[in-house]
Amino acid sequence: MIRLADLWKAFGKQQVLAGLTLEVEDGETLVLIGYSGSGKSVVLKHIVGLLVPDRGEVFVDDRAVSTLERPALNALRAEIGYVFQFAALFDSMTVADNIALGLRRRDLSEDEIGERVGEALAVVDLTGAGERYPAELSGGMRKRVGIARAIALRPRYILYDEPTTGLDPVTAAVIDRLIVRTRERFGVTGLVVTHDMRSAYTVGDRMAMLYEGRIHQVGTVAEMRETSDPVVRQFIEGRPT
Amino acid sequence: MIERIGAKTADLIEAVGRWGLFTGDMVRALPDASTWSREALVQMRRIGVDSLPVVLFIAAFTGVVLALQASYTFTGTVPLYFVGTLVGKTMMLELGPVLVGLALAGRVGGSMAAELGTMKVTEQVDALETLAYDPQSFLVVPRVLAGTIMFPLVVALAMLVGIATGWVTSLWLLHLSTAEFVKGLKQFYEFKDTWFGLFKSGTFGFTITLVGCMVGLSTRGGAEGVGRSATRAVVYAAVLILVLDAFWAAVLLR
Repeated sequence: MIRLADLWKAFGKQQVLAGLTLEVEDGETLVLIGYSGSGKSVVLKHIVGLLVPDRGEVFVDDRAVSTLERPALNALRAEIGYVFQFAALFDSMTVADNIALGLRRRDLSEDEIGERVGEALAVVDLTGAGERYPAELSGGMRKRVGIARAIALRPRYILYDEPTTGLDPVTAAVIDRLIVRTRERFGVTGLVVTHDMRSAYTVGDRMAMLYEGRIHQVGTVAEMRETSDPVVRQFIEGRPT
Repeated sequence: MIERIGAKTADLIEAVGRWGLFTGDMVRALPDASTWSREALVQMRRIGVDSLPVVLFIAAFTGVVLALQASYTFTGTVPLYFVGTLVGKTMMLELGPVLVGLALAGRVGGSMAAELGTMKVTEQVDALETLAYDPQSFLVVPRVLAGTIMFPLVVALAMLVGIATGWVTSLWLLHLSTAEFVKGLKQFYEFKDTWFGLFKSGTFGFTITLVGCMVGLSTRGGAEGVGRSATRAVVYAAVLILVLDAFWAAVLLR
């Protein structure tokens, strides 16, 4: 379970998180929605220890992330797959090497690594693309490679940062299907950050809305769709103020 | 006024602290050889082999100019075989290391800052961390090691080429014999001339790559930030090379 307890974070004078509390239960996919610049990605970065909170704590299976030394932090990171907004693939490496990089930190033979890379590419329907370079791929393919890199590690948790942003509706639907398939096939717990409501409804079990630095409302997808809360309604209906 | 001086001093102390911490982190990452060893070989090729054309080009013309300027200066007052002395001493002690250092501050330091800066702003550095890699082990250590090892080798070749073109110039344009040029080259030669130049080059290599990595990894913003970092890395490295050059002369040549 991932537990964010009273998280505060400011960058300079800008208070981004202001007492955010949220729990992601084992096996579920929780979608975190919120306006652009509201701090959704900042939340994800706290979970893997890329950012340290000013106050509060993130617990992953009761491990307080900000207190972990590098070896323990690396062990924790090995259990978490992170899919970046723009995939963050290493330009100088082939797709296969991108996926294999994380596996090379494990005690695996080159044959086993090759097998895992092939498996991950098959899951994202990119078999045969292993020798291509990121610059040769479309935006959607890059995102799929990002997902393959995360699932090849067989993580317990996957964090998705805006997985469908910038994609056409059909490619976005492909990514949504992949997220669902990943949970069904590997049973991973997911936290998806998005402002794409169609994607949120498709992949989420529960949804939480981040507003003014804290969780404004949390509930099942059905509950959130039916809510009468004006802030949530305005956001999900995309109504300008 | 006093406030401004205070603020500048505080900034300077903070910058020195940041450099100290960064270098400390790099040293702590050294034992993680399984992470940096493979990448170090790639960087050694990039810094060493790929820099050779530009370095040898600079060295070749420097040797020619040194021989001609020495002859111009010596005419009628100093025996011409001293051209060999001046070409040898200057290439080894000063122009070999410094000219190569300044040229590679742009080629190596600037490109390193741009590469790491791009990785930083496109979240590739964050991605490395989430894959349980320490960016210091994976990115910084191999580059700094490669720079420190390869710079003396590249400069050694530059010294040889500079002296060789100085010799050829002396034969063809100054009508010196090989024996006279070699006589001048040997006059006042000390082994210290060579190791001083090579040692200095190693410190230049260390500085250029460390600056490139640190500036690159502190990049913010998009393409503009990357451009700023590349420029900053070249300027910082060039200034530090000149300061280090004076420092080593004061410490080791007195």
